[in-house]
Amino acid sequence: MFSLKNTQWGSLVICWRAVASMAWSVLLLLPTTALFVLLSRFSLFHPILWMSECLSLLTSASAIFSFILLCGVVLMVGFFNLEYYTVVPSIACSKIALLGQVLHPRQFVHSLVHCIMGVVVAWCCAFTIGGRYRSLGHPCTQDESGPEMCLNEYHLVLLLAGAFIGYSHSLVGVVYNMNYVSFHTMQQYKYLRFKGALPLVVKASAVQALYCLRSFLLLYFFMGYAPRAWICKTLDLSINSSIHSLDSVSSLLDLSLLYHLWISGTFLLLTWYITVLLFRIFVTEVYSFPVQSTFTEDAHQCLPKVITGTQPMILKFLALQDLALLSQHSPSRRLEVFSLSQPGGHPHIWTALSKECLSLLSDLTERLVAHHDTVATNGRAKSQSTGSNKRSTTSSEVTSVGMEDMKTPRPSALIRTPGSVFLRSSVGAGLRTPLTTPFTPDLDSPFSSPALRRLTGPLEPQGALSPGFSSIQSPHVMRRGPKLWSASTDSQLNGSPPPSPGPAPSPSQAQLKPSFLVTFLQNRKDQVKNFLAKRMLIMYLFNKLPEASSQALFADSQVHIWALQGLSHLVAASFSEDQYGIVQTTLPTILSTLLLLQEAVDRHFKLPHTSSKPGHCSCSMGDDSYKTLRFALRSTLKTAVYRITATFGGHLQ
Amino acid sequence: MMCSLALFPPPLSGDGETSQYNESNTDPSVWFEDSPALNLYFPRESLKPHSRQESSSKSAFRDHCETLYTRSAGAWRDAGLSGLLNEIANSSAEVPKWLGVSSSCVLALLRWVSSFHSSLFPHLTLSSEEMTAEFSQVLDWSDCAVRGFAWHPHTQKCAVALSDDSIKIYNPKSATTPTLKHRLQRSVAALQWKPLCASALAVACHNCLLVWHVDPTSLSTRPSSGCAQVLSHPGHSPVTSVAWSPNGPLLVSASPRDTALLVWDVAVESCVPLHRVGGGGVTYLSWSPDGSRVLAATPSSLFRVWETRMWTCERWPSLKGRCQSGCWSPDGSRLLFTVQGETVIYALTFTDNPGVPLMMSGGPKAATVVADLSETTLNTPDGDIMVGGEIQSLAWDPRGERLAVHVKGDAGAGRPAMIAVFKTQISPAFKLLPCGFVQGEAGTEPRLMQFNPNYQHGAQLTVCWSNGKITHVPFCFMSAGNPQPGLGGSPSFPLTQGRPADYNNQTLYTELIS
Repeated sequence: MFSLKNTQWGSLVICWRAVASMAWSVLLLLPTTALFVLLSRFSLFHPILWMSECLSLLTSASAIFSFILLCGVVLMVGFFNLEYYTVVPSIACSKIALLGQVLHPRQFVHSLVHCIMGVVVAWCCAFTIGGRYRSLGHPCTQDESGPEMCLNEYHLVLLLAGAFIGYSHSLVGVVYNMNYVSFHTMQQYKYLRFKGALPLVVKASAVQALYCLRSFLLLYFFMGYAPRAWICKTLDLSINSSIHSLDSVSSLLDLSLLYHLWISGTFLLLTWYITVLLFRIFVTEVYSFPVQSTFTEDAHQCLPKVITGTQPMILKFLALQDLALLSQHSPSRRLEVFSLSQPGGHPHIWTALSKECLSLLSDLTERLVAHHDTVATNGRAKSQSTGSNKRSTTSSEVTSVGMEDMKTPRPSALIRTPGSVFLRSSVGAGLRTPLTTPFTPDLDSPFSSPALRRLTGPLEPQGALSPGFSSIQSPHVMRRGPKLWSASTDSQLNGSPPPSPGPAPSPSQAQLKPSFLVTFLQNRKDQVKNFLAKRMLIMYLFNKLPEASSQALFADSQVHIWALQGLSHLVAASFSEDQYGIVQTTLPTILSTLLLLQEAVDRHFKLPHTSSKPGHCSCSMGDDSYKTLRFALRSTLKTAVYRITATFGGHLQ
Repeated sequence: MMCSLALFPPPLSGDGETSQYNESNTDPSVWFEDSPALNLYFPRESLKPHSRQESSSKSAFRDHCETLYTRSAGAWRDAGLSGLLNEIANSSAEVPKWLGVSSSCVLALLRWVSSFHSSLFPHLTLSSEEMTAEFSQVLDWSDCAVRGFAWHPHTQKCAVALSDDSIKIYNPKSATTPTLKHRLQRSVAALQWKPLCASALAVACHNCLLVWHVDPTSLSTRPSSGCAQVLSHPGHSPVTSVAWSPNGPLLVSASPRDTALLVWDVAVESCVPLHRVGGGGVTYLSWSPDGSRVLAATPSSLFRVWETRMWTCERWPSLKGRCQSGCWSPDGSRLLFTVQGETVIYALTFTDNPGVPLMMSGGPKAATVVADLSETTLNTPDGDIMVGGEIQSLAWDPRGERLAVHVKGDAGAGRPAMIAVFKTQISPAFKLLPCGFVQGEAGTEPRLMQFNPNYQHGAQLTVCWSNGKITHVPFCFMSAGNPQPGLGGSPSFPLTQGRPADYNNQTLYTELIS
């Protein structure tokens, strides 16, 4: 009941913000359309005619009709923004997961609707540009049959381009997480933020339109006859044989056509991008929650209540943002946090806030430790091993694992996939007979690990020493070797001499005869290559995208950043502002949580495959700030620890 | 307003090996922390400046004929459109006549437009080096062996930028002095350590910002350039000033050629440009110690005060010249600034209303003059000396008790550059009292000064001299915050050196509490 009320109120807040953003985008559609009319009918040599034509067009009734259509499209885009936005990006860890996202039914609806809206906008554009683009059919006189309606291919190309750009907008949106709403470190007023982002949006839409146009023209050049024939058939139009069809090089290189296609595409993307931009700006605006309420019916709107809730997610984000800001900027609201409840004298507000922040942080610590354990066990996902042998995170384990990582310079995430591929593809679920089980060396299972570790251990330095051998002896292949060969069970069963890998070889044997193993691996090289080549597509699909797992771990780290900022600022302020000493009681817990997290984060950044510096962002509408959240978290965490220790100084002892 | 310097005690005569400090109230019995490890000396001869002139490397190669296309592409890459046009116009023998003529016409048009633009903002005609020298806080930057100095805000550690484009980090507790060098680290104009962090150092370079991460536990004396984050933004060069937010991850940077103030989130290497019309660039930045406001000076007679919660700004136009320097009181409520071409210090008072736009927050309506450092003659046993003049920079110690004013002087007119020190009191009312002068060896002048934020026994002013020496001048006093018993928290103290007492008690400026 309570949470229901909370959810309803929260959704209402977000809805109002979305509605306001849509209203502004409809208002902004007016100047954008006027600009489009001016640019699309531009003629250098008749400026007066150009201006008067544009003015008469803008005031005509038909223009108002197409403007209403465009408004409808913008409202629809705004509605889709509201329906599909997310504050925690979904990060696809492999190509196959990305494919799954694209083919998801929900995404299919999104693409379909955007495709249709693209056609609608393109129709409006065609109508506005006028001239040869105005209608789909035009009267023509074919030989000996009298006047009839022919297909106007210019119009058709424009409509198809609109559909294509609409679809690619939806597709690119999935790939680049365009529905992800990021929060900014710097607070600015909405108008200033919009003003700052507008040039980037214009540039992004123009560039994106250019790329879309290139792809579309290629597509139309090869496949253009299909839609043309289909339209002719359904609408009973004939093709004017006196005019060349447009899917030839010469007619597609018509500069005026290219310009009109490009400017229409830019217009389409610009209106949609502005809608997205306004939605993001409005929805991430700071919301000031009351710290405590005087009336009980408003209690669900208070900061401690909202911060512990989960639905809708963005409300929790807004609450934590508000916490971080109040802890930095407003002493009066901080006093409310440090206050005691009137009957009873309990620090309920502080307890609720600090508890929630600490639980968020310790959640992240657990997640990091779990991920580290999974990755560190020789680069194989835990789920693939039997699962019974849970490793305890004692320090000795960690050091041994760390040494293993040092031995393999190659990142572990890459290595993980071949195993999974072969397990899934060749062996399959049912094929995995008991016979093969010993041949799949689980390096972390206590059963086979000593033998294999000693097998791989002495071999690697040797491979590096012998020059002729280095091509196949890269640790990458070495690591993969046993797995691959054991996975290809058919060859094993067909009588190729089993060199008694997993169960048999004693360490002394392996050390005495390294050359035996080496020749064996050389023999298997071709086999491995064949194996890989056959399954290149699968490899491609299942390959881990670099850094994706790390990004996915920190996907919602904005919350943790705010929790860290809020906690550390509150604790620092409590040094002088906390009259009752309520913060002191939680200070040890806070410090230990922060230090544990620090340890986990440091260990995560020491893993291979986690670059230590943020990469450069691409300049497009897709917000990729989620890719750099972990760096922000690392620096915020350090600052938070320093802030507390610098404030309390010697008192901590 | 009378001349403030006339009330100062005259500087002591004679030249010592170390710098003198003439503060009359220094109690010799107070423990005197002079860390000899940090008394540094960089003779200019030991620093070889990099010769990175393009002409010098060109002379080593034989002349080579390239095609027009190659040369044009190179010119486009190096110098943009104007370079391309210049190249085409110069090689009239190889291009069609109409192309040569039209490119010279366009070039002339471009030059005319840019001359119009630079007549609005004369500083745009300067080269990058000249611009850095002009707007740097260092006196005579191009001639200086030490071009930048930064104390770490939390430990006794300092970074020194030298004229050979290297940065050395000194820590009295460790034997290693890391030297930071980077391909892009050229003509360092400013540097600052990140607060609440052990190792990050921001460096304002020729055309980028570098943020070094120097691990204090590392034994390496030459950290690789992989330890540095490179932050660059098109059009943002040369960078003349940087400032870290005192409590956050943000870094602001300024360039006289870029009208935007850049606010960097260093961890993720992203920046938000804050464009405002007017000014023609940003030259100097100073973040108030409480983190609520940023002073941004421009090359024209205008400066802005940004409020850092919603990043709105307040314009302060109608100055006589550009704002040369500024400093904040420790509580962030008062801003002292100086104007180029004037010899006075102005003060602005801000009431603390974060979140409310500055225009409505009842901020100050006009700046008040608090001190006048115009030329005056002081009587010393060795004869009269002239002091005073234009002000190069200001520094306020972190406790708000001493204000150091770097006076430019005029060597031709017999007025040496020197540092005048004021005693200040912030609460309950703002007060300014004379304190003394800081002098170096004979023939040297101060170039750069900064207060040590970690000095326990008062304030310590670090001065970089023109002969390459760096000395530390301590001012020992009991802070008004923890008064000595029996003194009643008064900032003025009994004299121990037999100087006339009236120097100390003549208040130069007192704020009227209405």
